[in-house]
Amino acid sequence: MLNVKNLIKDFGKLRIINSAGFKVKEDEIVSLVGPNGAGKTTLVNLISGHILPTSGEIEFFGHDITFASPYRRIEMGIARNFQITNLFENSTVLDNVRICLFSIYGKIKRGLLPASHYGKITQEAVDILDLFGIVSKKDLLPPSLSEGDKKILDTAMAFALKSKFLLLDEPTSGVATGDKFKVMDTIVSAIKREKMACMIIEHDMDIVSDYSDRVLVLTEGAIIADGKPKEVMEQDNVKEILFGVRV
Amino acid sequence: MRFIGQFLRPKSFVYLGIFIVLLFMPKVLPIYQLMLFESGLTFAIMSLGFNLLLRYTGLLSFGHGALFATGAYAVGMMGRYFPELYRIEILIPVALLVSLIVSALFGFICVRHTRIFFSILALALSMVLFALLVKLYDITGGSDGLHIDLPSMFGKSFEGMRRPEFLSGAYYYFLLCTFAVSTIIMLGIVNSPFGKALQSIRDNEVRAEMIGIRVRRYRWYAFVLSGLFTGLGGALWSFVNGHITPEVAEWVFSGEIVYMTLLGGFMVLEGPIIGAILFTYLKLYAVSITQYWMFIIGATLIILVLLLPEGITGGFVRLFSRIKKSEATGAA
Repeated sequence: MLNVKNLIKDFGKLRIINSAGFKVKEDEIVSLVGPNGAGKTTLVNLISGHILPTSGEIEFFGHDITFASPYRRIEMGIARNFQITNLFENSTVLDNVRICLFSIYGKIKRGLLPASHYGKITQEAVDILDLFGIVSKKDLLPPSLSEGDKKILDTAMAFALKSKFLLLDEPTSGVATGDKFKVMDTIVSAIKREKMACMIIEHDMDIVSDYSDRVLVLTEGAIIADGKPKEVMEQDNVKEILFGVRV
Repeated sequence: MRFIGQFLRPKSFVYLGIFIVLLFMPKVLPIYQLMLFESGLTFAIMSLGFNLLLRYTGLLSFGHGALFATGAYAVGMMGRYFPELYRIEILIPVALLVSLIVSALFGFICVRHTRIFFSILALALSMVLFALLVKLYDITGGSDGLHIDLPSMFGKSFEGMRRPEFLSGAYYYFLLCTFAVSTIIMLGIVNSPFGKALQSIRDNEVRAEMIGIRVRRYRWYAFVLSGLFTGLGGALWSFVNGHITPEVAEWVFSGEIVYMTLLGGFMVLEGPIIGAILFTYLKLYAVSITQYWMFIIGATLIILVLLLPEGITGGFVRLFSRIKKSEATGAA
Protein backbone atom coordinates (compact mmCIF):
# COMPACT_ATOMS: atom_id res chain seq x y z
CA MET A 1 0.00 0.00 0.00
CA LEU A 2 2.56 2.57 1.15
CA ASN A 3 5.98 2.27 -0.42
CA VAL A 4 8.78 4.60 0.64
CA LYS A 5 11.94 4.45 -1.43
CA ASN A 6 15.32 6.08 -0.78
CA LEU A 7 13.76 9.03 0.98
CA ILE A 8 16.19 11.85 1.75
CA LYS A 9 15.55 15.08 3.62
CA ASP A 10 18.21 17.69 4.24
CA PHE A 11 17.81 20.66 6.54
CA GLY A 12 20.65 22.86 5.34
CA LYS A 13 23.74 20.69 5.48
CA LEU A 14 22.20 18.33 7.99
CA ARG A 15 20.81 15.10 6.53
CA ILE A 16 17.87 14.18 8.77
CA ILE A 17 16.44 11.35 6.69
CA ASN A 18 19.11 9.32 4.96
CA SER A 19 17.68 7.11 2.22
CA ALA A 20 14.99 5.56 4.35
CA GLY A 21 12.93 2.85 2.65
CA PHE A 22 10.09 0.64 3.84
CA LYS A 23 6.64 -0.66 2.95
CA VAL A 24 3.36 -0.81 4.82
CA LYS A 25 0.71 -3.34 3.85
CA GLU A 26 -3.04 -2.91 4.19
CA ASP A 27 -4.57 -3.56 7.65
CA GLU A 28 -1.10 -3.56 9.16
CA ILE A 29 -0.08 -1.82 12.36
CA VAL A 30 3.54 -0.80 12.23
CA SER A 31 5.52 0.77 15.03
CA LEU A 32 8.29 3.21 14.29
CA VAL A 33 10.86 3.33 17.06
CA GLY A 34 14.22 4.95 17.45
CA PRO A 35 16.21 7.23 19.75
CA ASN A 36 15.52 10.94 20.10
CA GLY A 37 16.54 12.87 17.01
CA ALA A 38 16.43 9.81 14.77
CA GLY A 39 14.01 11.60 12.44
CA LYS A 40 10.75 9.82 13.34
CA THR A 41 8.58 12.91 13.33
CA THR A 42 10.30 14.19 10.20
CA LEU A 43 9.36 10.94 8.50
CA VAL A 44 5.73 11.44 9.51
CA ASN A 45 5.90 15.03 8.25
CA LEU A 46 7.24 13.81 4.91
CA ILE A 47 4.59 11.13 4.45
CA SER A 48 1.75 13.46 5.44
CA GLY A 49 3.02 16.23 3.17
CA HIS A 50 3.63 18.71 5.96
CA ILE A 51 7.13 19.14 4.53
CA LEU A 52 8.57 18.01 1.21
CA PRO A 53 11.57 15.67 0.81
CA THR A 54 14.88 16.56 -0.86
CA SER A 55 14.76 13.42 -2.98
CA GLY A 56 13.34 9.92 -3.01
CA GLU A 57 9.90 8.58 -3.66
CA ILE A 58 6.69 7.93 -1.74
CA GLU A 59 4.10 5.73 -3.38
CA PHE A 60 0.57 5.22 -2.09
CA PHE A 61 -1.56 2.56 -3.80
CA GLY A 62 0.76 2.83 -6.79
CA HIS A 63 0.41 6.62 -7.09
CA ASP A 64 3.47 8.79 -6.70
CA ILE A 65 2.64 11.22 -3.90
CA THR A 66 6.17 12.41 -3.12
CA PHE A 67 5.32 16.05 -3.79
CA ALA A 68 1.52 15.92 -3.57
CA SER A 69 -0.28 18.56 -1.47
CA PRO A 70 -1.55 17.59 1.99
CA TYR A 71 -5.07 18.09 0.69
CA ARG A 72 -4.51 15.51 -2.04
CA ARG A 73 -2.99 13.02 0.41
CA ILE A 74 -5.91 13.33 2.80
CA GLU A 75 -8.26 12.80 -0.10
CA MET A 76 -6.35 9.63 -0.97
CA GLY A 77 -6.50 8.46 2.63
CA ILE A 78 -3.46 9.51 4.63
CA ALA A 79 -4.20 11.19 7.95
CA ARG A 80 -2.04 12.10 10.91
CA ASN A 81 -2.13 13.38 14.45
CA PHE A 82 0.46 15.64 16.06
CA GLN A 83 2.98 14.81 18.74
CA ILE A 84 2.63 18.27 20.22
CA THR A 85 -1.14 18.67 20.30
CA ASN A 86 -2.40 20.85 17.54
CA LEU A 87 -6.05 21.73 18.09
CA PHE A 88 -8.55 24.45 17.20
CA GLU A 89 -8.38 26.17 20.55
CA ASN A 90 -11.39 28.43 20.14
CA SER A 91 -13.77 25.70 18.98
CA THR A 92 -15.49 23.20 21.24
CA VAL A 93 -14.25 19.61 21.41
CA LEU A 94 -17.25 18.58 19.33
CA ASP A 95 -16.48 21.18 16.67
CA ASN A 96 -12.86 20.05 16.53
CA VAL A 97 -13.98 16.62 15.42
CA ARG A 98 -16.95 17.86 13.43
CA ILE A 99 -14.85 20.11 11.21
CA CYS A 100 -12.76 17.06 10.28
CA LEU A 101 -15.91 15.23 9.23
CA PHE A 102 -17.21 18.25 7.31
CA SER A 103 -13.89 18.40 5.54
CA ILE A 104 -13.74 14.73 4.61
CA TYR A 105 -17.38 14.67 3.46
CA GLY A 106 -16.78 17.73 1.29
CA LYS A 107 -19.29 19.80 3.24
CA ILE A 108 -17.03 22.76 4.06
CA LYS A 109 -18.20 24.49 0.89
CA ARG A 110 -21.73 24.65 2.33
CA GLY A 111 -22.16 28.18 3.53
CA LEU A 112 -25.75 28.85 4.49
CA LEU A 113 -27.20 26.32 6.91
CA PRO A 114 -25.75 26.23 10.41
CA ALA A 115 -23.44 23.35 11.31
CA SER A 116 -26.01 21.97 13.76
CA HIS A 117 -28.35 21.39 10.84
CA TYR A 118 -26.16 18.49 9.72
CA GLY A 119 -27.54 16.07 12.30
CA LYS A 120 -26.00 12.92 10.90
CA ILE A 121 -22.48 14.33 10.88
CA THR A 122 -22.95 15.81 14.34
CA GLN A 123 -24.09 12.41 15.60
CA GLU A 124 -21.08 10.76 13.99
CA ALA A 125 -18.78 13.26 15.71
CA VAL A 126 -20.44 12.48 19.03
CA ASP A 127 -19.99 8.76 18.34
CA ILE A 128 -16.28 9.23 17.68
CA LEU A 129 -15.90 11.20 20.92
CA ASP A 130 -17.79 8.44 22.69
CA LEU A 131 -15.50 5.83 21.17
CA PHE A 132 -12.49 7.71 22.52
CA GLY A 133 -14.15 8.21 25.90
CA ILE A 134 -14.26 12.02 25.92
CA VAL A 135 -17.89 12.55 24.93
CA SER A 136 -18.69 14.10 28.31
CA LYS A 137 -16.32 16.94 27.44
CA LYS A 138 -17.79 17.72 24.05
CA ASP A 139 -18.85 21.28 24.88
CA LEU A 140 -15.59 22.32 26.51
CA LEU A 141 -12.85 24.29 24.81
CA PRO A 142 -9.53 22.44 24.36
CA PRO A 143 -7.50 24.66 26.74
CA SER A 144 -9.64 23.41 29.64
CA LEU A 145 -8.85 19.76 28.89
CA SER A 146 -6.14 17.76 30.61
CA GLU A 147 -2.96 17.09 28.63
CA GLY A 148 -4.02 13.47 28.17
CA ASP A 149 -7.48 14.36 26.89
CA LYS A 150 -5.99 16.86 24.46
CA LYS A 151 -3.83 14.09 23.12
CA ILE A 152 -6.82 11.78 22.75
CA LEU A 153 -8.79 14.51 21.00
CA ASP A 154 -5.90 15.07 18.63
CA THR A 155 -5.91 11.39 17.73
CA ALA A 156 -9.71 11.35 17.45
CA MET A 157 -9.48 14.16 14.89
CA ALA A 158 -7.00 12.20 12.78
CA PHE A 159 -9.20 9.13 13.13
CA ALA A 160 -12.27 11.11 12.02
CA LEU A 161 -10.66 11.69 8.63
CA LYS A 162 -11.55 8.11 7.65
CA SER A 163 -8.17 7.44 6.21
CA LYS A 164 -6.78 4.20 4.88
CA PHE A 165 -3.46 4.93 6.51
CA LEU A 166 -3.19 6.66 9.86
CA LEU A 167 0.06 8.18 11.11
CA LEU A 168 0.12 8.45 14.90
CA ASP A 169 2.99 10.40 16.37
CA GLU A 170 3.26 9.34 20.02
CA PRO A 171 -0.47 9.03 20.69
CA THR A 172 0.12 8.18 24.36
CA SER A 173 2.71 10.79 25.35
CA GLY A 174 1.21 12.98 28.03
CA VAL A 175 -1.36 10.35 28.91
CA ALA A 176 -1.14 9.08 32.49
CA THR A 177 0.90 5.86 32.60
CA GLY A 178 -2.00 3.86 34.00
CA ASP A 179 -4.25 4.93 31.12
CA LYS A 180 -1.79 4.26 28.31
CA PHE A 181 -2.94 0.74 27.60
CA LYS A 182 -6.58 1.75 27.83
CA VAL A 183 -6.00 4.51 25.28
CA MET A 184 -4.09 2.17 22.99
CA ASP A 185 -6.84 -0.45 23.28
CA THR A 186 -9.36 2.16 22.17
CA ILE A 187 -7.27 3.39 19.27
CA VAL A 188 -6.22 -0.01 18.03
CA SER A 189 -9.68 -1.57 18.23
CA ALA A 190 -11.11 1.42 16.35
CA ILE A 191 -8.41 1.11 13.70
CA LYS A 192 -8.98 -2.62 13.32
CA ARG A 193 -12.71 -2.18 13.02
CA GLU A 194 -12.29 0.40 10.28
CA LYS A 195 -9.62 -1.80 8.62
CA MET A 196 -7.10 1.04 8.60
CA ALA A 197 -3.40 0.58 8.31
CA CYS A 198 -1.44 2.50 10.87
CA MET A 199 2.06 3.64 11.70
CA ILE A 200 2.63 4.49 15.34
CA ILE A 201 5.62 6.27 16.78
CA GLU A 202 6.07 4.97 20.30
CA HIS A 203 8.72 4.93 23.00
CA ASP A 204 7.13 2.42 25.35
CA MET A 205 8.42 -0.97 24.23
CA ASP A 206 5.63 -2.84 26.02
CA ILE A 207 3.10 -0.99 23.91
CA VAL A 208 5.18 -1.61 20.80
CA SER A 209 5.32 -5.36 21.31
CA ASP A 210 1.69 -5.66 22.43
CA TYR A 211 0.02 -3.75 19.64
CA SER A 212 2.11 -3.81 16.51
CA ASP A 213 2.38 -6.39 13.77
CA ARG A 214 5.75 -5.11 12.72
CA VAL A 215 8.47 -2.80 14.00
CA LEU A 216 10.69 -0.41 12.08
CA VAL A 217 13.79 0.89 13.82
CA LEU A 218 14.98 4.28 12.64
CA THR A 219 18.31 5.70 13.60
CA GLU A 220 20.19 8.65 12.11
CA GLY A 221 17.61 8.82 9.38
CA ALA A 222 17.90 5.25 8.13
CA ILE A 223 15.83 2.14 8.76
CA ILE A 224 18.19 -0.41 10.33
CA ALA A 225 15.74 -3.13 11.31
CA ASP A 226 12.35 -4.26 10.08
CA GLY A 227 10.44 -7.29 11.33
CA LYS A 228 8.21 -8.87 13.98
CA PRO A 229 8.52 -7.10 17.36
CA LYS A 230 10.02 -10.11 19.16
CA GLU A 231 12.64 -10.75 16.48
CA VAL A 232 13.64 -7.13 16.08
CA MET A 233 14.08 -6.58 19.81
CA GLU A 234 16.48 -9.50 19.95
CA GLN A 235 18.83 -8.04 17.33
CA ASP A 236 22.09 -6.84 18.85
CA ASN A 237 22.33 -3.54 17.00
CA VAL A 238 18.73 -2.69 17.98
CA LYS A 239 19.42 -3.48 21.62
CA GLU A 240 22.44 -1.23 21.55
CA ILE A 241 20.59 1.67 19.96
CA LEU A 242 17.33 1.48 21.87
CA PHE A 243 18.42 0.27 25.27
CA GLY A 244 22.08 1.29 25.33
CA VAL A 245 23.15 -2.29 25.98
CA ARG A 246 26.60 -3.14 24.65
CA VAL A 247 26.65 -6.61 23.26
CA MET B 1 -38.76 21.62 10.52
CA ARG B 2 -35.47 21.88 12.31
CA PHE B 3 -34.50 24.58 9.87
CA ILE B 4 -37.47 26.70 10.94
CA GLY B 5 -36.88 25.77 14.57
CA GLN B 6 -33.57 27.58 14.48
CA PHE B 7 -35.34 30.88 14.06
CA LEU B 8 -37.76 30.33 16.93
CA ARG B 9 -35.42 31.64 19.58
CA PRO B 10 -35.92 34.60 21.92
CA LYS B 11 -33.09 36.41 20.18
CA SER B 12 -34.83 36.11 16.82
CA PHE B 13 -37.94 37.75 18.22
CA VAL B 14 -35.89 40.62 19.59
CA TYR B 15 -34.41 41.12 16.14
CA LEU B 16 -37.81 40.91 14.53
CA GLY B 17 -38.99 43.56 16.99
CA ILE B 18 -36.06 45.81 16.11
CA PHE B 19 -36.79 45.32 12.42
CA ILE B 20 -40.42 46.35 12.89
CA VAL B 21 -39.39 49.43 14.89
CA LEU B 22 -36.93 50.34 12.14
CA LEU B 23 -39.74 50.18 9.59
CA PHE B 24 -41.27 53.24 11.25
CA MET B 25 -38.08 55.29 11.26
CA PRO B 26 -39.06 57.49 8.29
CA LYS B 27 -42.18 58.56 10.22
CA VAL B 28 -40.23 59.40 13.36
CA LEU B 29 -36.84 60.76 12.38
CA PRO B 30 -36.36 64.10 10.67
CA ILE B 31 -35.12 63.63 7.14
CA TYR B 32 -31.58 64.71 7.89
CA GLN B 33 -31.27 62.18 10.70
CA LEU B 34 -32.82 59.52 8.52
CA MET B 35 -30.22 60.06 5.80
CA LEU B 36 -27.49 59.68 8.38
CA PHE B 37 -29.09 56.51 9.59
CA GLU B 38 -29.30 55.18 6.05
CA SER B 39 -25.66 55.80 5.41
CA GLY B 40 -25.03 54.03 8.73
CA LEU B 41 -26.97 51.05 7.42
CA THR B 42 -24.88 50.87 4.26
CA PHE B 43 -21.71 51.01 6.37
CA ALA B 44 -23.21 48.24 8.49
CA ILE B 45 -23.58 45.97 5.45
CA MET B 46 -19.98 46.75 4.57
CA SER B 47 -18.67 46.09 8.06
CA LEU B 48 -20.45 42.72 8.11
CA GLY B 49 -18.25 41.80 5.17
CA PHE B 50 -15.17 43.33 6.74
CA ASN B 51 -15.70 41.36 9.93
CA LEU B 52 -16.02 38.08 8.05
CA LEU B 53 -12.34 38.56 7.29
CA LEU B 54 -11.25 40.05 10.61
CA ARG B 55 -13.18 37.99 13.15
CA TYR B 56 -13.84 34.76 11.32
CA THR B 57 -10.78 34.39 9.11
CA GLY B 58 -8.25 36.32 11.16
CA LEU B 59 -7.23 38.72 8.40
CA LEU B 60 -7.12 42.48 9.03
CA SER B 61 -7.63 44.36 5.78
CA PHE B 62 -6.50 47.96 5.51
CA GLY B 63 -7.80 48.19 1.98
CA HIS B 64 -11.51 47.57 2.20
CA GLY B 65 -12.24 51.12 1.15
CA ALA B 66 -11.26 50.08 -2.38
CA LEU B 67 -13.89 47.34 -2.42
CA PHE B 68 -16.47 49.80 -1.09
CA ALA B 69 -15.46 52.20 -3.86
CA THR B 70 -15.79 49.38 -6.39
CA GLY B 71 -19.47 48.95 -5.58
CA ALA B 72 -20.08 52.70 -5.58
CA TYR B 73 -18.23 53.30 -8.84
CA ALA B 74 -19.96 50.37 -10.52
CA VAL B 75 -23.19 52.30 -9.97
CA GLY B 76 -21.67 55.62 -10.99
CA MET B 77 -20.17 54.25 -14.21
CA MET B 78 -23.39 52.48 -15.13
CA GLY B 79 -25.17 55.81 -14.80
CA ARG B 80 -22.57 57.47 -16.98
CA TYR B 81 -22.26 54.88 -19.74
CA PHE B 82 -25.49 52.87 -19.69
CA PRO B 83 -28.19 55.32 -18.58
CA GLU B 84 -30.88 53.13 -20.15
CA LEU B 85 -30.01 50.36 -17.67
CA TYR B 86 -30.13 52.67 -14.67
CA ARG B 87 -32.54 50.54 -12.69
CA ILE B 88 -31.80 49.36 -9.19
CA GLU B 89 -32.66 45.75 -10.01
CA ILE B 90 -29.89 45.84 -12.62
CA LEU B 91 -27.48 48.13 -10.79
CA ILE B 92 -27.20 45.99 -7.65
CA PRO B 93 -26.34 42.76 -9.51
CA VAL B 94 -23.86 44.66 -11.68
CA ALA B 95 -22.24 46.18 -8.59
CA LEU B 96 -22.03 42.69 -7.06
CA LEU B 97 -20.51 41.27 -10.22
CA VAL B 98 -17.87 44.00 -10.45
CA SER B 99 -17.10 43.61 -6.73
CA LEU B 100 -16.76 39.89 -7.30
CA ILE B 101 -14.20 40.41 -10.05
CA VAL B 102 -12.19 43.08 -8.21
CA SER B 103 -12.17 41.26 -4.87
CA ALA B 104 -11.28 37.98 -6.58
CA LEU B 105 -8.28 39.74 -8.10
CA PHE B 106 -7.29 41.58 -4.90
CA GLY B 107 -7.88 38.49 -2.82
CA PHE B 108 -5.86 36.28 -5.12
CA ILE B 109 -2.83 38.47 -4.42
CA CYS B 110 -3.47 39.27 -0.75
CA VAL B 111 -4.20 35.81 0.66
CA ARG B 112 -0.69 34.69 -0.22
CA HIS B 113 0.23 36.28 3.09
CA THR B 114 -1.27 36.72 6.53
CA ARG B 115 -0.98 39.14 9.43
CA ILE B 116 0.67 42.50 8.76
CA PHE B 117 1.83 41.44 5.30
CA PHE B 118 -1.75 40.80 4.29
CA SER B 119 -2.85 44.15 5.71
CA ILE B 120 -0.14 46.06 3.87
CA LEU B 121 -0.80 44.27 0.57
CA ALA B 122 -4.49 45.11 0.84
CA LEU B 123 -3.56 48.71 1.61
CA ALA B 124 -1.19 48.91 -1.35
CA LEU B 125 -3.74 47.48 -3.77
CA SER B 126 -6.42 49.85 -2.52
CA MET B 127 -4.11 52.79 -3.15
CA VAL B 128 -3.55 51.54 -6.71
CA LEU B 129 -7.29 51.64 -7.27
CA PHE B 130 -7.44 55.07 -5.64
CA ALA B 131 -4.74 56.37 -7.97
CA LEU B 132 -6.55 54.95 -10.99
CA LEU B 133 -9.84 56.56 -9.95
CA VAL B 134 -8.11 59.94 -9.53
CA LYS B 135 -5.95 59.83 -12.64
CA LEU B 136 -8.36 58.39 -15.20
CA TYR B 137 -10.27 61.64 -15.30
CA ASP B 138 -12.01 60.97 -18.61
CA ILE B 139 -13.46 57.70 -17.43
CA THR B 140 -14.05 58.11 -13.72
CA GLY B 141 -14.44 61.85 -13.36
CA GLY B 142 -11.17 62.04 -11.42
CA SER B 143 -11.22 63.83 -8.09
CA ASP B 144 -14.50 65.53 -9.03
CA GLY B 145 -16.14 62.16 -8.75
CA LEU B 146 -19.46 61.22 -10.25
CA HIS B 147 -22.98 62.36 -9.61
CA ILE B 148 -25.39 59.59 -8.73
CA ASP B 149 -28.90 60.06 -10.12
CA LEU B 150 -31.94 58.51 -8.53
CA PRO B 151 -32.42 55.07 -10.03
CA SER B 152 -35.76 53.65 -11.02
CA MET B 153 -36.90 50.87 -8.72
CA PHE B 154 -38.77 47.86 -10.03
CA GLY B 155 -40.31 49.77 -12.90
CA LYS B 156 -41.12 52.89 -10.89
CA SER B 157 -39.28 56.00 -12.00
CA PHE B 158 -38.33 58.72 -9.54
CA GLU B 159 -37.37 61.33 -12.07
CA GLY B 160 -37.86 64.87 -10.83
CA MET B 161 -38.17 63.73 -7.24
CA ARG B 162 -35.89 65.28 -4.66
CA ARG B 163 -33.38 62.98 -3.03
CA PRO B 164 -34.67 63.35 0.56
CA GLU B 165 -38.13 62.28 -0.57
CA PHE B 166 -36.66 59.32 -2.41
CA LEU B 167 -34.59 58.33 0.60
CA SER B 168 -37.44 58.50 3.07
CA GLY B 169 -39.75 56.57 0.76
CA ALA B 170 -39.30 53.35 -1.17
CA TYR B 171 -35.52 53.41 -0.99
CA TYR B 172 -35.47 53.28 2.80
CA TYR B 173 -37.49 50.08 2.83
CA PHE B 174 -35.40 48.58 0.09
CA LEU B 175 -32.23 49.41 2.01
CA LEU B 176 -33.62 48.08 5.29
CA CYS B 177 -34.66 44.79 3.69
CA THR B 178 -31.31 44.40 1.95
CA PHE B 179 -29.63 45.02 5.28
CA ALA B 180 -31.82 42.43 7.02
CA VAL B 181 -31.21 39.85 4.31
CA SER B 182 -27.45 40.53 4.39
CA THR B 183 -27.39 40.05 8.15
CA ILE B 184 -29.30 36.77 7.93
CA ILE B 185 -27.01 35.51 5.18
CA MET B 186 -23.93 36.48 7.16
CA LEU B 187 -25.36 34.78 10.25
CA GLY B 188 -25.80 31.67 8.14
CA ILE B 189 -22.28 31.86 6.75
CA VAL B 190 -20.48 32.19 10.06
CA ASN B 191 -22.32 29.24 11.65
CA SER B 192 -22.16 26.98 8.61
CA PRO B 193 -19.54 24.32 7.95
CA PHE B 194 -17.89 26.84 5.65
CA GLY B 195 -17.73 29.37 8.48
CA LYS B 196 -16.34 26.72 10.82
CA ALA B 197 -13.66 25.94 8.25
CA LEU B 198 -12.68 29.62 8.16
CA GLN B 199 -12.48 29.73 11.95
CA SER B 200 -10.33 26.60 11.93
CA ILE B 201 -7.94 28.28 9.53
CA ARG B 202 -7.86 31.35 11.77
CA ASP B 203 -7.16 29.28 14.88
CA ASN B 204 -4.65 26.84 13.52
CA GLU B 205 -3.49 27.07 9.97
CA VAL B 206 -1.23 24.01 10.19
CA ARG B 207 -3.87 21.69 11.55
CA ALA B 208 -6.48 23.04 9.15
CA GLU B 209 -4.25 22.04 6.28
CA MET B 210 -3.73 18.63 7.83
CA ILE B 211 -7.43 17.89 8.03
CA GLY B 212 -7.81 18.60 4.34
CA ILE B 213 -8.83 22.25 4.17
CA ARG B 214 -7.18 24.12 1.33
CA VAL B 215 -6.15 27.03 3.48
CA ARG B 216 -5.28 29.60 0.84
CA ARG B 217 -8.28 28.83 -1.30
CA TYR B 218 -10.66 29.20 1.64
CA ARG B 219 -9.05 32.48 2.64
CA TRP B 220 -9.63 33.58 -0.91
CA TYR B 221 -13.29 32.57 -0.77
CA ALA B 222 -13.64 34.53 2.46
CA PHE B 223 -12.02 37.57 0.86
CA VAL B 224 -14.36 37.42 -2.12
CA LEU B 225 -17.45 37.04 0.06
CA SER B 226 -16.24 39.91 2.18
CA GLY B 227 -15.74 41.96 -0.97
CA LEU B 228 -19.29 41.23 -2.11
CA PHE B 229 -20.81 42.55 1.11
CA THR B 230 -18.50 45.56 1.04
CA GLY B 231 -19.30 46.30 -2.60
CA LEU B 232 -23.01 45.99 -1.91
CA GLY B 233 -22.60 48.49 0.93
CA GLY B 234 -20.78 50.84 -1.44
CA ALA B 235 -23.44 50.60 -4.14
CA LEU B 236 -26.25 51.28 -1.68
CA TRP B 237 -24.31 54.13 -0.09
CA SER B 238 -23.82 55.89 -3.43
CA PHE B 239 -27.60 56.45 -3.74
CA VAL B 240 -27.77 57.84 -0.21
CA ASN B 241 -24.86 60.19 -0.70
CA GLY B 242 -25.75 61.27 -4.25
CA HIS B 243 -22.15 61.89 -5.14
CA ILE B 244 -19.08 59.67 -5.10
CA THR B 245 -15.41 60.63 -5.10
CA PRO B 246 -12.22 58.54 -5.08
CA GLU B 247 -11.88 59.41 -1.39
CA VAL B 248 -13.77 56.25 -0.44
CA ALA B 249 -10.95 54.20 -1.95
CA GLU B 250 -8.31 56.05 0.03
CA TRP B 251 -6.63 54.59 3.09
CA VAL B 252 -8.34 57.08 5.39
CA PHE B 253 -11.71 55.53 4.69
CA SER B 254 -10.24 52.03 4.95
CA GLY B 255 -9.03 53.07 8.39
CA GLU B 256 -12.50 54.26 9.28
CA ILE B 257 -13.86 50.82 8.42
CA VAL B 258 -11.45 49.29 10.90
CA TYR B 259 -12.47 51.93 13.42
CA MET B 260 -16.19 51.19 13.05
CA THR B 261 -15.58 47.52 13.65
CA LEU B 262 -13.44 48.15 16.71
CA LEU B 263 -15.99 50.62 18.06
CA GLY B 264 -18.83 48.14 17.89
CA GLY B 265 -16.68 45.19 18.84
CA PHE B 266 -15.66 42.49 16.43
CA MET B 267 -16.16 39.51 18.70
CA VAL B 268 -19.87 39.22 17.98
CA LEU B 269 -21.68 39.45 14.68
CA GLU B 270 -23.81 42.41 15.81
CA GLY B 271 -20.79 44.47 16.91
CA PRO B 272 -19.73 45.95 13.57
CA ILE B 273 -23.36 46.82 12.72
CA ILE B 274 -23.71 48.87 15.88
CA GLY B 275 -20.23 50.30 15.37
CA ALA B 276 -20.99 51.40 11.82
CA ILE B 277 -24.20 53.20 12.75
CA LEU B 278 -22.67 54.83 15.83
CA PHE B 279 -19.62 55.92 13.88
CA THR B 280 -21.75 57.73 11.33
CA TYR B 281 -23.26 59.87 14.09
CA LEU B 282 -20.05 60.23 16.05
CA LYS B 283 -18.14 61.51 13.05
CA LEU B 284 -20.86 63.95 12.07
CA TYR B 285 -21.22 65.44 15.54
CA ALA B 286 -17.46 65.61 15.98
CA VAL B 287 -17.24 67.53 12.70
CA SER B 288 -20.04 69.91 13.70
CA ILE B 289 -18.51 70.65 17.11
CA THR B 290 -14.96 71.39 16.11
CA GLN B 291 -12.66 71.53 13.13
CA TYR B 292 -10.34 69.30 15.12
CA TRP B 293 -12.82 66.47 14.78
CA MET B 294 -10.07 63.99 13.98
CA PHE B 295 -8.76 64.65 17.46
CA ILE B 296 -12.07 63.51 18.95
CA ILE B 297 -12.13 60.39 16.79
CA GLY B 298 -8.54 59.59 17.70
CA ALA B 299 -9.10 60.17 21.40
CA THR B 300 -12.15 57.89 21.39
CA LEU B 301 -10.07 55.24 19.67
CA ILE B 302 -7.43 55.41 22.40
CA ILE B 303 -10.06 55.20 25.15
CA LEU B 304 -11.69 52.34 23.30
CA VAL B 305 -8.53 50.31 22.92
CA LEU B 306 -7.50 50.87 26.54
CA LEU B 307 -10.86 50.40 28.27
CA LEU B 308 -13.01 48.39 25.86
CA PRO B 309 -10.70 46.36 23.66
CA GLU B 310 -13.66 44.26 22.60
CA GLY B 311 -15.74 47.28 21.68
CA ILE B 312 -19.15 48.33 22.90
CA THR B 313 -20.79 44.93 22.45
CA GLY B 314 -17.81 43.21 24.06
CA GLY B 315 -18.21 45.54 27.04
CA PHE B 316 -21.88 44.66 27.33
CA VAL B 317 -21.18 40.95 27.11
CA ARG B 318 -18.64 41.27 29.91
CA LEU B 319 -21.00 43.35 32.02
CA PHE B 320 -23.81 40.82 31.64
CA SER B 321 -21.62 37.87 32.49
CA ARG B 322 -20.41 39.71 35.57
CA ILE B 323 -23.98 40.45 36.69
CA LYS B 324 -24.92 36.83 36.10
CA LYS B 325 -21.94 35.66 38.08
CA SER B 326 -22.68 37.93 41.04
CA GLU B 327 -26.31 36.77 40.98
CA ALA B 328 -25.15 33.19 41.03
CA THR B 329 -22.79 33.73 43.94
CA GLY B 330 -25.40 35.85 45.71
CA ALA B 331 -27.91 33.04 45.47
CA ALA B 332 -25.44 30.50 46.78
